[in-house]
Amino acid sequence: MGDMRSIQETKLPGVGVRHDFVTRSGDRLGVIAHKTGRRELLVYDDADPDACQSVVRLEEEDSHALAELLGGSGVAEAQSSLMQSVEGLTLDWLPIGAGSRCVGTPLRDTGVRGETGVSIVAIVRAGRTIPTPGPDFVLAADDTAVVIGTPEGIQETFALLQGG
Amino acid sequence: MAIAAAAAETTGLVFVELGLIVVVLAVLARVALRFGISPIPLYLLAGLAFGVGGVVPLSLTEEFVEVGAEIGVVLLLFMLGLEYSAEELRASLKVGVPAGVVDAVLNFAPGLVAGLLLSWSPVASVLLGGVTYISSSGVIAKVLGDLDRLGNRETPAVLTILVLEDLAMAVYLPVVAVLLLGTGVAAGAISLGVAVTAVAVVLLLALRFGQAVSRAIESRSDEVVLLTTFGLVLVVAGVAQQLQVSSAVGAFLVGIALSGGVAEHARTLLGPLRDLFAATFFVFFGLQVDPAAIPPVALLAVALGVVTAASKLATGWWAARRVGVATRGRFRAGAALIARGEFSIVIAGLGVSAGVEPQLGPLAAAYVLLMAIVGPVAARAVDPCVIWLQQRREVRAAAAARESL
Repeated sequence: MGDMRSIQETKLPGVGVRHDFVTRSGDRLGVIAHKTGRRELLVYDDADPDACQSVVRLEEEDSHALAELLGGSGVAEAQSSLMQSVEGLTLDWLPIGAGSRCVGTPLRDTGVRGETGVSIVAIVRAGRTIPTPGPDFVLAADDTAVVIGTPEGIQETFALLQGG
Repeated sequence: MAIAAAAAETTGLVFVELGLIVVVLAVLARVALRFGISPIPLYLLAGLAFGVGGVVPLSLTEEFVEVGAEIGVVLLLFMLGLEYSAEELRASLKVGVPAGVVDAVLNFAPGLVAGLLLSWSPVASVLLGGVTYISSSGVIAKVLGDLDRLGNRETPAVLTILVLEDLAMAVYLPVVAVLLLGTGVAAGAISLGVAVTAVAVVLLLALRFGQAVSRAIESRSDEVVLLTTFGLVLVVAGVAQQLQVSSAVGAFLVGIALSGGVAEHARTLLGPLRDLFAATFFVFFGLQVDPAAIPPVALLAVALGVVTAASKLATGWWAARRVGVATRGRFRAGAALIARGEFSIVIAGLGVSAGVEPQLGPLAAAYVLLMAIVGPVAARAVDPCVIWLQQRREVRAAAAARESL
C-alpha cells in the first residue's frame, strides 16, 4: 500500500467524476463515477493519449464484483451501506490477539455483550465466516470478531478482546 | 343530455387525436433509436406535417398542445438545472470563462449578423444569434456517451462549454424577454434590471438554501417527491414569467437549487414527464411553422449551418488546445459541439410566439433539422477524417523526402 499511484481527479459537470492514473508499466487507466452510480472503466490509447482505447461500462454490482476480484474489499462498501441504514451504530472487525484472555473462553464469559452492549454478529476463522455464534462458542487465537454497536462500546470491546 | 353527449363526443375526438399524435411520436422515437440519431428533428417534422399547410392538419387539440409545449420548455430547463450542482457551476465558471467567451462571440455573431444582413429587427437578429449560439447539451451528452468519449481528455473542456452556455441562457432569456416587450429604452432598462436582479437573487438563494430545500422535499414516497417538485417548478416558473424573467430560467434555477438525493430522485421521476412534454414542445414548434415557408429559407439555413459548424469547430479546437489536448482531440472537441437542438428551438419559439419575424420560425426549424442530424454525424466522422489526413500528410512528406534524395 505504501506506493499509492498518484491519482488525478477531474470533474465532469453533469456526468460525475473521473479518476485516472498511470500504472507501473506505463498504461493510463481511469474510472468515471457517474452520478447515477454507474461506473466506466477506461483504458487510454497509446497512439492517442487523449482518447480511450477501450471503455467498459459497469453497473453497481459489476463494480463490486470487479473490486472483489482485484482484491479491494467489499467490506468497506457493506460497512458504509450499513452505517447509512443504522444511524449511530458502527460495524467493525476486531482481531483476537494470541495473548488475549478471551482465547479459549466461551462468548458468554467474555462479558462483551453484558459489559459493552456490543453484539458479535460473526466470527471469521481461517478465512471462513461463522455467522451468529452462540453463547457457547469458544474463541480461538487469530479469530476476527465482526461486531456491531456504538463507537464507544466497540472501543471497550476491542480492549476486552485484546487484553491479557 | 344532448349537450353532455356532444361534450363526451368532443372528449372522445380529443383523445383520439392526441393519442394518434403520441403514437406517431413513439414510432419516430423508435426510428431515432434504431438509427442512433436524435429524435428532435423527427418531432419537428411531425409538427410540420400536423400543422397548417401540413399533410394532416390538426383541429381540436392545439390549445392543449400549446400548454403542454410550455410545460415542456419548463421541464427541459428544470432537468438541465438538475444535472448540475451549484458547486459544478462555480468550478466551471472558475476555469471555463475564456472558452465560454470565445464560444459566445464566435457562435452568437453569425446568427446576429445574418439577421441584420436580412434587415430583420434587432430583436429578431438577437434571437437568431441565440439560435446559432447554444449547442444541444442533450444531443452532445448522448453522442459522447455512445461514442465512449466521456473519459477522453478533451471532454471536460466540451462539458465546461456546455455548462457556461446554459448559464449564459439564464442571462440571455430574461434579456430577450425584455426586448420582446418592446418598451422604451428607460422602461426596458428598468425591467432588465429587475430581471437580472431576480436571477442573481434566486441563484444566491439557491446556492445558500438549496440543501435545506432539498432536504425538506426529500421523501421516500415517489408520489410525494413527484408532486412537490413538479408543483414547485411550475410555481417558480410562473412567478418568474410574471416578473418578465422567463419561466424557463425560473425552472432552471429550481433545478440548480435541488441537490443530493432529491435531485437524483426527481431526475428519475420527472425524466419521463420531460420526455413527453418536450416532445410536445417540438411538435408544437413545428405546428406553428408553415412547411411551405421552409424551401425559400433552406439555402440560407445551409449557409448558416456551414458557418456555425466551422465556428463551433474552432471553439472546441481552441478550448481543447488550452487544456493541452493534441490535434485529434481538438478536432473531436470541435466536432462534438456542432449539434444544435432543443435550446435553439426554445429561443426561436420565443420569437415565433411573439411574432417578431415571419422568417425566424422556418429558418430556425430548417437550421435545427440540419444541425441536429449533421452534428452527431460530424462527431462520429471527425476522428477517422483527421487520421486519414494525418496519414496522407505523412505519406506526402515521405514522398517529398525521397524525391529530394
